[in-house]
Formats: sequence, structure tokens, C-alpha cells
Amino acid sequence: MTRLHLSAALDGAGWHPAAWRDPAARPADLFSAGYWTGLAAEAERGLLDLITIEDSFALQSSRFGLPDDRTDQVRGRLDAVLIAARLAPATSRIGLVPTAGTTHNEPFHVAIGIASLDYASHGRAGWRPQVSGRAHEAAHFGRRTFPGIFEPAAFRTPEGRALIAELFGEAADAVEVVRRLWDSWEDDAEIRDAATGRFLDRDKLHYIDFEGPRFSVRGPSITPRPPQGQPLVTALAHDVVPYEFAAGGADVVYVTPHSRPDAVTIVAQVREAERTVGRTGEPLRIFADLLVFLDTEPGAAAARKARLDDLDGAALTSDAEIFAGTPGELADLLLDWRDAGLDGFRLRPGVLPSDLAAISRELVPVLQGRGAFRTAYESGTLRGHLGLPRPANRYAAAP
Amino acid sequence: MPVTSAPVKQIHLAAHFPGVNNTTVWSDPRSASQIDFGSFVHLAETAERGRFDFFFLAEGLRLREMKGRIHDLDVAGRPESLTVLSALAAVTTRLGLAATVNSTFNEPFDVARRLATLDHLSGGRAAWNVVTSYDAFTGENFRRGGFLDEADRYTRAAEFLRTARELWDSWADGDVLADAAAGEFVRPGAGTFAHRGEHFDIAGRFTTPRGPQGHPVIIQAGDSHEGREFAAADADVIFSRHGTLEDGRAFYKDVKSRLAKYGRGPDELKILPAVTYVLGDTEEEAAERAHEIRRAQVSPQNAIAYLEGYWGRDLSAYDPDGPLPDVEPDLSEGVSKGRAQFRGDRGEVVRRWRALAAERGLSIRELVIEATGRQTFVGTPRTVADRIDEFVQTDAADGFVFVPHLTPGGLDDLVDRVVPLLQEKGVFRADYTGPTLRDHLGLGAPRPASARAREEASS
Repeated sequence: MTRLHLSAALDGAGWHPAAWRDPAARPADLFSAGYWTGLAAEAERGLLDLITIEDSFALQSSRFGLPDDRTDQVRGRLDAVLIAARLAPATSRIGLVPTAGTTHNEPFHVAIGIASLDYASHGRAGWRPQVSGRAHEAAHFGRRTFPGIFEPAAFRTPEGRALIAELFGEAADAVEVVRRLWDSWEDDAEIRDAATGRFLDRDKLHYIDFEGPRFSVRGPSITPRPPQGQPLVTALAHDVVPYEFAAGGADVVYVTPHSRPDAVTIVAQVREAERTVGRTGEPLRIFADLLVFLDTEPGAAAARKARLDDLDGAALTSDAEIFAGTPGELADLLLDWRDAGLDGFRLRPGVLPSDLAAISRELVPVLQGRGAFRTAYESGTLRGHLGLPRPANRYAAAP
Repeated sequence: MPVTSAPVKQIHLAAHFPGVNNTTVWSDPRSASQIDFGSFVHLAETAERGRFDFFFLAEGLRLREMKGRIHDLDVAGRPESLTVLSALAAVTTRLGLAATVNSTFNEPFDVARRLATLDHLSGGRAAWNVVTSYDAFTGENFRRGGFLDEADRYTRAAEFLRTARELWDSWADGDVLADAAAGEFVRPGAGTFAHRGEHFDIAGRFTTPRGPQGHPVIIQAGDSHEGREFAAADADVIFSRHGTLEDGRAFYKDVKSRLAKYGRGPDELKILPAVTYVLGDTEEEAAERAHEIRRAQVSPQNAIAYLEGYWGRDLSAYDPDGPLPDVEPDLSEGVSKGRAQFRGDRGEVVRRWRALAAERGLSIRELVIEATGRQTFVGTPRTVADRIDEFVQTDAADGFVFVPHLTPGGLDDLVDRVVPLLQEKGVFRADYTGPTLRDHLGLGAPRPASARAREEASS
């Protein structure tokens, strides 16, 4: 049986806006290292492929594209790349995949940050590039303005489509720059040749000379090629433009089907996107996102979610399907949806750390019992967990 | 403990990761990787074992070039500073963690949140060495490119830092309530900010709650009048290059005298020159080692490359063990890019070197060894400890940033053999007394950005 890949998406106190009010939550610790190392240890205990860490240059909001003034939900976050770096020495096998934006960040800084995470984790780094068209987020940088229509309802208007095309075009350029910078040092560029006094073989360092409408980057990187060669690039995508973005630059795509037939449709769209962009080499690994509440006692998870909905004053909504049930029921669902052509799942715990613990301590043993999940890590690198080889360097002369 | 009439000054020590320059000797068999995380762990653990104040990482956002090609003679290749420091926060518990971050090729919102994040994740140990750059060469790696006039460097840096402080102040201590019973996670309006200035016009809500130190420790390394003034106004540590006793005292006096007009006391800015050291069991052995290290630092190829930086022309045909080039320097433009440039009169320097080489019969390589940085402290552990203490007690410094010549073991013998002597003298801590870097440096709570603005307006 083909094994599933499993990952967990970490964000604040969990994915329910009232999660921090759950008795199991640790709301006073969200900005401490100990909170995050505890979560990472829990995920690693469950032998998960990777954890993602959410991020944004704007405070959380109950409105997708606009700020709000609510004080009854978690507000505030730490930089995700630095959280991942803090977790690297505290873990040994699990992949660490922080979010870092492509709209306001410098691609050069992202490239050296993720490469440095790959060094600190000995080959377990990934990156989730993310666009933002939020006007209030752009005002934190004061360098560009957006028309204030960054919300799903507006994405299908002509202006919305133009904005999405611009943001994802820039994101594709950013990923291209980052990947070129990771390759800009060949693996054997450092020679330490005492006879000639040369530390470097400069012929094995490469200018990347990227020129695009938003930025041009000369290179090479200041950081040598990271241990994995190319750290894992992963992208969340909900529509054709982001599917094509993922197909063009990512290794893993997170999608949001709401049923097995929906998963069949989305997988077909992703494969079509791969053909559209002319993807070669390894196909995209497709993970479905699910927002999960897990309790072993039947009905308990749904009741817990309902209590949180009451506290928040509204039923939870999400781009991803919401699951509340037992670990056995979730295992059934995952194995059913897998047959739609999914490689794995990214589970968004409704409440942290309790729903993450339920994943690693209850869901994982069920899947293992069905022969659908690893019983030990078999690789030391994140690419290795996903069965991806260390790629050849695009700049290296063919042997 | 000796009985003293006046309290002795306490010394502050920092460890500079050797990294990327020709101080670092890569040809030594003990020289390990400059990029493997294990090397950073080794030096950070050594520094913490020695009870150092902080660990320091430099930055350079473009590989250096000579004559239009990547400079291949020196160690190159380093990580992103804040990322590796955040990882080091996991393997240390008290050591301060200082990142050099350029104010030209970054934005205040991002830098402020990353430093606040490091401060949270390290339990209050973050520091920021604020550097500025204006060169279009480095700018070719960034969106903004080389857009800054040299004259705007410090105005932008000063406004950048002021803006960052406003962002750190936008959350008060206690704004995170996390009160589940009351259903209040955060105080209303936490993080609200608006900055309208010449270089930055930004507003909104900052994402990161106030860190344990309030503001990270601010380090500044400029030596010009503007740099000194910037440090006097707004830095906690000045990282200088005045490694001799006489220069050090003059610099120290000058910088400390600038503090009063900003309403600051002399202890609020620590002066820590960057220094090197070489130990031996005898003075002679130390001197011999020092000479060997100098020869390793200045390889024949490096000697030629160094002269080319001043001559402004290709000198590869000259014998490094022969006399100085007889051609005249080309003073029109430099051949070296991506490192701090010599900005004085190159022609005058060349004339001085020719005189020195003629007088002492020096070859090119010998001249470069003579003309470039000598080790600051050379001797037995006892004489080096005494000399360090003398610098500090006679107000040439408040302590030092040690730059080892080997990665990663280059501070092992300093920590094992010199630090205990300083501790015996009662001039260096036997253990950390507080959890934060501000504690180590004896700095109080940071003044709010608003108070600084009022003082600047009234001064």
C-alpha cells in the first residue's frame, strides 16, 4: 500500500478563532520558545513529514482582506522563519516549513534565510511562499498600494483577476530567484587550495542575473548551496492561477477539497496546470488541507467545536473542509480521499496542542495499523521524507 | 578579592564569528567550516562558557569582487544572521545574540518584527548592529537597488532605528492579556502605529508583542563624526576599531563626551573595540605565533590583491616576495568592491608605503603584513589579561569584541586561560546575574521612542 504523507499546520492557538479559550490551550505562552518546541516535539513524535508555520505581515483578522478591532481572538505573531530556526536544533527529523511572503519581502533575504534554516536543521528546511494583496498590509511598508479588493468575492472581477495575476506573477519570479540563488554556488565551489591561495573556485559561483518587472537580482548568494540543494517549496492553492504557480515552482501543493469527488476534480486541475506550465521532473506532491477536531469519544469533537463556535459568536468557517470526529473516522476519510490521487494531507489542528497530540498519538497509530503511514523516519532530510532526490545544480556543467 | 578604594570597572566581552574576511585563516588544518551550523554552535557555546556578554555576526549582502571578478582568496559564504542566531538561541541560555542587519536593504516593519521575534525566542537576548550602505554594487541584489546618496545614509539609518523603536513601543508590556475567562486576548488597539517621515511613511498595526527587553540592544559601528553622533544619540554599544591604548582613549573620551547632550549618562553607551589576540606560554612564543598567523593571513596572493586595492590596477605580474611595484597607482577608480572602502588619499598611502619599504627593505608581502592590522593582544595569558584590564580601567574601552582567526575554535584558549584570570581579578563576571543582554551590559529599561523624539526636539 502506498503510504500517506502527513503534515501539520501550526498557527497560534490553533485554527479555531476561539481555540485559545479552550481549557487545553496555552494562550499566555504563544510567544514563547517553549510553546513552539513543545508543538514541534509532538509532531515529531507522530513521525509527521513536516510542520508548516503560518505568518503574515498583518495582524490576524476576522475579515479576509481587512483589519478588524476584535480583542477576543488571538492577535499577534512571531516571524515564522525564525520560529522554524529556533525549532531546528530542538528537533532531529521533522521538516520545518515556515511561511514567508513574496509581495513585500526581498527574494534575496528569503533565499539566504531558508538556506540558513536548511543548514541549522541539517537538511530539513522548506518554504511556503505566500502573496498578499491586502491594502493595510502594504501600508506597513509604504512602498506600494493595493486597491482594497483582496477578498475571495472580488477575485473573479476583472480588477481582482488582474491583481491575482500580478501577485502570483511576482511570486513566481520570487521563487525562481530563490531557487537560482540556492544553486548559485556549486556544491564543490569551496576548494581551500593552499597551492594557489584560493578559497573558492570562482568558476563554480554563478551570477543569476534575474530581471523582472518588480525586481532584478544579480547574485550569487552569500550563502553556499544548502544541504538539500533545493529546500522544499510548498504552496497553498485554491484556483487555477495558484495551481499554475505551484506547478511552475513548488514541490508540494496544499489544496482544499471538500469531498472526495471535489478532490478528484482538483487533482485533475493540478495535473492540467502541470501540463500548462510544461512542468518536467518530479510531479507535484498534492496534499489536501483539513481543519480537524479530534476526540476518541464519538461526538466529543463536534461538541467541543460547537462550544468554541458559541464562544466566538459564529460557526467556524474555513477555506478547508472542517472535520470533527474520532481518529478512526478521520483515518477512514484520509484513506478514502487518498484514492482521489492525493499524496498526503496537511492537517490544521482546531486547538493546539490538544488536536495535534490527537494526531500524533491517536490518528497516526490507526494509520500505521492500516499500513498507511511510516512507523519510523526513514530519511534524514525533508526531501527524503517525500521521496524527492537531491536535485542536480542547474548551473553545474553536465559530467 | 583585593581590597580596593574605588570600584573597578567590569569588563564586557563579545565573540565575533570569524566568517568572511582575511582575518580568518582557512589554510590552518584546524580551520573548520565557516557555514556548518556546528561551527556556530561551537563558538557560541565557548562564548557562553566564558560568560561573554554576546555573540556577534557580521553581514555582507554581496560577495566581494576584485577587478570585476568574485574575490576568491578569502573565506566566503555565510548564513543569514537572524536565522542562525534564532537557532543558536536553542543551544544557549544566557548569551546575547547580536545580528548585523543593514538598514538600506531592509524595511523597518520587517526588521523590527524579526528582532522582536528573536528577543521573544531567546528570552531577551537580542541585539542589532545597525549598519548602513549606499553602494549600488550590493543594491544589485535587491528591489531598491543602489538608490541612496551617501549623505542620506545616516539620516535614513537614524529614521529607520527611530521607526523600529516606535514599532517596538506600539505594544506595551501586558498588552497580551490571554484572559480566557473574560474572553479578552489583547488590549484594544495594541500595535497601532503611524510614522510619517522623510524616508518612511507607514501606518497600521505591528504584529509582534513587545519582547522581554522592550527594545533589543542597539550596536553601532561607524567611526565618522556622523557615526559617533548616531551612536551617542541612540546606541547602547559602539563597536569601534580603535585597538591601541592611545587611540582608544581619545575615541572613548570623544564618544562619551557626546552623550550628555542626549540626556544620557556615560554608562549608557558601552565602547567595545574589535580586537585580536595570540597567546603563548612565553612572550617569545606568543610573538612567534603572532608572526606565523600574520603570514597565514597575508598569503602571497592576498598581498598582491591588497596592493591592487590601493594601486587601482592589475599587479598580478609582480612577485610578492619582491619589491613594491614601480608603476604609479591609478587613482581614478577602485578595483575592489563589496568591502569597507579606504576613502582617504590612496596616492599618499602609496608614497608612505614606498618610504617604509625602502627604509626597512620590505618585500610586497612583508609590507602588507606590516601595514595591515597587527594583533592587539599578544603574550602569555597573564600579560594579555593584565593588558585587557589596563585598557578598560584606563578608559580606552569598556570591553572588547574578540575576533578569532580560526573557525570555530579560535576563542577556546581565551576562554580557558584568560577569562579565569579576569575573573580572579574581580573585573569580569564569574556568572551571569540576569537573564537578558540588557542585564549583562548593565543597561536599564529602554527609553521610549517618544521620549527620544522630545529630547531631540529640545536639544
